[in-house]
Amino acid sequence: MAIVSPQASEAADPGRLHPSTAQGRISPVKRLLKIYMERPELVALVVLLALVLYFTIQSKGLFLSYQNLRGIMSLFPELAIMALGFGLLMIAGEFDLSIGSMFGFAPIALCTMTGAGVPFWIAFVLALGICCLVGLLNGTISLSFGIPSFITTLGMLFILRSLCVVIYQSGAAPSLPDDAPTWAFTDPLGFVRVSTVWLVVLSVAIYVLLERTNFGNWTRATGGALESAKSMGIPTRTVKIVCFMICSFCAGLAGIIQVVRIASPLPSLGDGIELQAIAAAVIGGIALSGGVGNVLGAIVGMAIIRVIDSGMVMSRVDANWFKFAIGVLIVVAVIANMWLARRARAIKVETGA
Amino acid sequence: MSTPIIECSGLEKWYSGVHALKNVSLTVNQGEAVGLVGDNGAGKSTLIKILSGVHEPDAGKIKIEGREVRIRNPRQAMELGLETIYQYNSMVPTMTIARNVFIGREPLHWSLFGFGWMDTRKMQHESIQAIADVDLHLRSPDALVGELSGGQRQGVAIARAMHFKSKVLILDEPTNHLSVKETDKVIGFVRDLKKQNVTGVFISHNMQHVFQCCDRIVAMARGEIVFDRPVAETSIDEVHGYL
Repeated sequence: MAIVSPQASEAADPGRLHPSTAQGRISPVKRLLKIYMERPELVALVVLLALVLYFTIQSKGLFLSYQNLRGIMSLFPELAIMALGFGLLMIAGEFDLSIGSMFGFAPIALCTMTGAGVPFWIAFVLALGICCLVGLLNGTISLSFGIPSFITTLGMLFILRSLCVVIYQSGAAPSLPDDAPTWAFTDPLGFVRVSTVWLVVLSVAIYVLLERTNFGNWTRATGGALESAKSMGIPTRTVKIVCFMICSFCAGLAGIIQVVRIASPLPSLGDGIELQAIAAAVIGGIALSGGVGNVLGAIVGMAIIRVIDSGMVMSRVDANWFKFAIGVLIVVAVIANMWLARRARAIKVETGA
Repeated sequence: MSTPIIECSGLEKWYSGVHALKNVSLTVNQGEAVGLVGDNGAGKSTLIKILSGVHEPDAGKIKIEGREVRIRNPRQAMELGLETIYQYNSMVPTMTIARNVFIGREPLHWSLFGFGWMDTRKMQHESIQAIADVDLHLRSPDALVGELSGGQRQGVAIARAMHFKSKVLILDEPTNHLSVKETDKVIGFVRDLKKQNVTGVFISHNMQHVFQCCDRIVAMARGEIVFDRPVAETSIDEVHGYL
């Protein structure tokens, strides 16, 4: 066609259609779209709100009842704290399967010490110290021998779980002392518990660590492009080991909070919940390959899992479908995140050159 | 003549039985742009890895500005003013330009044992400035490096080296996998190094690229330096004859 109508030529040249784009000023809508698409945790947040709305309607309002929210907010902070540490480790490009066992082992270690007469708070600090040591071990073994952390921590999963059972059956960790400071962990604050305060404080701390400190910059670089990080002189080994330690610390703390709530350290505590933490991180937009995502995504991801769990019960769906729903969600979330990231890159609003 | 900025003498390196560098001595003068050419396995990369702190030589001496040094890791190389830009691994694609420019050298508001609060405003401000200084115009320091083209990425890497006042910029195959237009841009960056009084070492197997922007050609083959002459006194064909 020789003659092109003015409209057609404009449509073919988006730069002319939006002179502001051509000169480098970006329309706010486009910018918003890009920010939104590059931050998968925001997408997860929208999914979370939609699910809450859906289950509220399905359960005729029961879902948002005081009792139900209280139930959700008992378990959620504990699992979210675990997902938080795991999310950080995943951003650093490593993996930890032993968090479920750590979740069970830390309270058993704590109760063994209090049972032997150690004051609660000293035992608490020592138990968390043990968690950090396990993280140190996970990291050191993986990095020194070049083993994928998936394998190292799979070993640690069995080792810690075995120790839980052995210690429990020896009778060394019968129960939590009666005077355990529940006020510091699990006493109710309205429909939430004190554990929610721990969650908020830890999320802010880890978020700030990742986004505002140089250590966070190194963590993202280590997870995002290990070779580049090394060539820029970043101590990638130290970065990874610290993340392993924070991850184990969070899992152990979460386990202790749960035991203070239910008052008895069972050896099977936390069995299998590492998979929920992984699911939460993936649903929240943290990439398995590392470097991408945000720790807040892991919390939103865990909230989605808890909402589905509770929502299905409240809407009288057979609870056996819970794992099915989570499975579908994981796959959909990964596909959606990758697609959104590609779209966001294609829009390319911020580089004019 | 002033003290050479890099003076290597008698460098030797073995990789489990392979003699990768055989008694290599190389002098690079202040402000010079040296092109290092050679086939795969000729020893170029080994020499560069020694200068950038990735490997240590098995024997030989390195002097930087006349002072004998041992370069044990990339960090030390950077502190000595030697900055290396690799073909792929110099940027983290999942991070913003501002964060990439300051990786490992973040400006901090305060710190404790080397860890501290990043001055993100300064990072944004200075990264824009650094990029503009190499005549690359990217509007937002918040764009991800993964969104940039290969040439733009090399530009950001060069801007980063300039910003930290590197004395020597080592570019390892910076034009690989780039389009013609982008290659020209990178070659332009290398030419401009001299204006900023930065010494350049440009590694490439593409003789055309090297001849376009270097003052001196050094060729390596089988772990040895086989040719070393100013560009004006040689030709591409002559250098090829030595490889």
